[in-house]
Amino acid sequence: MKRRTLLSTAALATTLAVTGLTAYADGHEPTKVGFVYVGPVGDGGWTYEHNQGRLAVEEAFGDKVETVFVENVPEGPDAARVMTQMALDGADLIFTTSFGYMDQTLEVASKFPDVKFEHATGFKRSDNVSTYSARFYEGRAVQGHIAGQITESNVIGYIASFPIPEVIRGINAAYLHAQAVNPDVEFKIVWAYTWFDPAKEAEAANVLIEQGADVVLQHTDSTAPQAAAQAAGNVYTFGQASDMSEYAPMPRVSSIIDDWAPYYVARTQAVMDGTWTSMDTWDGIGAGMVGIGEITDAVPAEVKASAEALRDALADGSVHAFTGPVNKQDGSAWLADGETADDGTLAGMNFYVEGIVGDIPQ
Amino acid sequence: MMVLEKRPQPSQRWVFAAPLLAVVLTMMVGGALFAALGKNPFEVIRTIFYDPLFSQNAWFYRPEILIKGGPLVLLAIGLSFGFRAGIWNIGAEGQYIIGAICGAAVGLALYPAETRLIFPLMVLAGALGGWAWAMIPAILRVRFGTNEILVSLMLVYVAEQLLASMALGALRNPEGMGFPGSRNLSQWPAAANKELIAGSGMHWGVVAAFIAVIFAYIVLSRHQFGFQVRLSGQAPRAARFAGVNPGRMILICMGISGALAGLAGLFEVAGPSGQISIDFNVGYGFTAIIVAFLGRLHPVGILLAGGLMALTYVGGGIAQGQLGLPAAAIQLLQGMLLFFLLAVDVLTNYRFRFGKGEVA
Amino acid sequence: MDLSAINPILLLASLMVAATPILLAAVGELVVERAGVLNLGVEGMMIVGAISGFIVAVNTGSPWLGFIAAAVGGALLSLLFGILTQYFLSNQVASGLALTLFGLGLSALMGQNYQGIKAPAFPDWHIPVLGDIPVIGPIVFQHDPMVYVGLLIVLGVWAFLKYSRAGLVLRAVGENHDAAHALGYHVIRVRLLAIMFGGACAGLGGAYLSLVRVPQWTEGMTAGAGWIALAIVVFASWKPGRLLLGAYLFGGVTVLQLNLQAAGLAIPVEYLSMSPYIATIVVLVIMSSGRAPGSLGRIFHAAR
Repeated sequence: MKRRTLLSTAALATTLAVTGLTAYADGHEPTKVGFVYVGPVGDGGWTYEHNQGRLAVEEAFGDKVETVFVENVPEGPDAARVMTQMALDGADLIFTTSFGYMDQTLEVASKFPDVKFEHATGFKRSDNVSTYSARFYEGRAVQGHIAGQITESNVIGYIASFPIPEVIRGINAAYLHAQAVNPDVEFKIVWAYTWFDPAKEAEAANVLIEQGADVVLQHTDSTAPQAAAQAAGNVYTFGQASDMSEYAPMPRVSSIIDDWAPYYVARTQAVMDGTWTSMDTWDGIGAGMVGIGEITDAVPAEVKASAEALRDALADGSVHAFTGPVNKQDGSAWLADGETADDGTLAGMNFYVEGIVGDIPQ
Repeated sequence: MMVLEKRPQPSQRWVFAAPLLAVVLTMMVGGALFAALGKNPFEVIRTIFYDPLFSQNAWFYRPEILIKGGPLVLLAIGLSFGFRAGIWNIGAEGQYIIGAICGAAVGLALYPAETRLIFPLMVLAGALGGWAWAMIPAILRVRFGTNEILVSLMLVYVAEQLLASMALGALRNPEGMGFPGSRNLSQWPAAANKELIAGSGMHWGVVAAFIAVIFAYIVLSRHQFGFQVRLSGQAPRAARFAGVNPGRMILICMGISGALAGLAGLFEVAGPSGQISIDFNVGYGFTAIIVAFLGRLHPVGILLAGGLMALTYVGGGIAQGQLGLPAAAIQLLQGMLLFFLLAVDVLTNYRFRFGKGEVA
Repeated sequence: MDLSAINPILLLASLMVAATPILLAAVGELVVERAGVLNLGVEGMMIVGAISGFIVAVNTGSPWLGFIAAAVGGALLSLLFGILTQYFLSNQVASGLALTLFGLGLSALMGQNYQGIKAPAFPDWHIPVLGDIPVIGPIVFQHDPMVYVGLLIVLGVWAFLKYSRAGLVLRAVGENHDAAHALGYHVIRVRLLAIMFGGACAGLGGAYLSLVRVPQWTEGMTAGAGWIALAIVVFASWKPGRLLLGAYLFGGVTVLQLNLQAAGLAIPVEYLSMSPYIATIVVLVIMSSGRAPGSLGRIFHAAR
């Protein structure tokens, strides 16, 4: 295969077809799975957990699989280059793990019809591009349920990252479930405009604590807010993206864990079996994509029990995190009594639910 | 003891030998590093420096080097005018961002019209945007004597905040499901900066970079303005006697670099990148400063240096994917390469003398 | 909106902590720039300091040893820049940028086995008597020791530059290196020492993040703090006293905007975030004394 080929650009299409064929034909070689990461694998958060998923694939299939990854890939032409490079090197399946890779994934996928692509958190698909995302809001609901009961000041702080549907969904889910168990609860929300900036996150946590919050939820990835809460004492936090168990049992009382392993293993299996089809996956606690980290004993036993019950109900589908009656912030009706939110509205959520104070920044 | 002595003339031999020496040194030290990381050093070096150009898949990587190197060269050429004249614009990153924002904004304002005029208009807006952003430090310098290094650097941060605001606000794609980022310009034929020959990597930005190299070469070596630029840098007082207006020189040099940076940003946003997003800028403006110096501020040198930098990016990506090398090791190798290239430059303008120096 | 929720005492107290890492890095860079050298590699030195300090603190269990290691690590890295610019006469802007690239890569490699570990505790000091003063006590006298180390360094640098002979030499070298050389001062030696001091301070600032503020190691954890430090030096017009003001202004805008948000005030975050940089430019323009050291960024070679 090391034959050096000098190809003119006109022959590009043919080469791609050939490459695709070789990747497809030799079923005896290990299945090759590529991962494109937006951050370093050592970020302890988003990319770290995707890499854990990659390691789980290696663990599950041993010699039958070969995984490769490239980290710190900026969104844009670099991402397209890295994806193409993986496809040319014979990858059968490529996971692109950042929303910003969306257009590049589709573009590269169109050139390699025989390579399967999986784009995380996006909404554009094609014959060989699937999308997958996690219903993190289910985890937020559990957090809200716990937070609403353990708060004494009735002020819950929320460190938000960017004003996008994913984050807004999390705020709404946490608020609805906190309010269900504690009608007096109040949310203070700060937008940090970053996914990861320890210094800024620490400041955000401090500000919220100073303004009376005794529970701090975070949608940013560093452990800085945990440390700030620990220093302040008597403040509860929840791990984000990773378990952050080094801060258990206090301040961290539970966590939302991104667990991509089951999905990555299943999709790799599908490629091996030849059963892979393009689909949109949005899994939650039930499928194991969203993990709820151990609820520590800092939480009263009855709260812990009811939180675990809620977790299990969300997992088996008997409870939906967004169940009516729910009004929008402006008082207009959104969900009637017993009605559950449809995925389309959730995917593009750009409003607060009734009771949350403040505006979503534009 | 050993002392440095300035050569009367830069050594022609070392102009060419020094960069080669630096690359060889980098390969040796880098090789040791890779060996320490448990990789085969020869394989890694070959993957980074050779494979993108000559491997089986080089037909794909060569255009990628152009795509990666194009903006670097375009930016660095612009900067080299100022650097030669002793005018330090280190805010090209900001001018690049503003160029992209202005160009994209003009395009998006006309969406979804289909006329051939849109792309040229965007190019104009991009260049103007970059130029205007560079005029801030230039005018402050001329009018108030404010240090342009620092003002241009500060304006990078301002531009980055502006970019975030645009991606989340004014330029956000209304059909983007609420996610940040503008419409994809490269998917809209009237505004797209497409590859001119499919699969060649040649888009308008790369063409502009080559034109800029030729233009700069002619101006700097043949034109009176080039002479004035060099004189201003080497002997500012002599330049004044020769009738060079220093204020005008600052405005022109900053203007050139700003406009070229804006162009680079526009071509990137309308082509390879496609959209205004929060993380649109990836540090080309800063890397271009290094490229300009690696190229010894000479147009041809910059072309080669830009190519070398792009090569390490592309090759580094391959090494990560094929050999499982961490991204940090590639970054370290690039840092080393730059250090060596900067260090060996001393051999061009100075020579070592053995013996007792007069002043230690 | 409920502005009464903002407690000014706590706000000012957290400001002192928030400003410490950038203050440390900035005071080092101030000395470097007063010696006529522009080192844009602050970010790289900070992050190498962050990981050096973290490794030593975790292995020895002593945060103090960690801080010492961070200073040494930062100084060693800066020495690379020093040799390059002072002996090999490389351009300072390009060398500084390369140093940042190098430092980010190096720190990531060094830290590969140190993820997900907590740093040893570094408790706050509740200074007796002083800490009990109402209002002032909680604002000023109840922090961790590094906050005071940072302030002491600023004070020391101020006194050094203003009153000591060595400080005078350093300023002379920065203002006009040819004249200083003619007077018999060792331009290169002075600059190398200044550069290493800058590296050590940046290292301390980085370690403050990894050992106190976060306290954990993650790749890229300085997240641009080094660049802010550069801005503060300029804002301060190279004067140590104003450095404090600058660090509190830059830190303060972040803390204030977060406070306003938490109080429910809708504010355009991006525009508030860019305001300190614009303020810096305005300061540069209006302060006539805001003139940069004469030889800043220029290459020195002793003509014979």
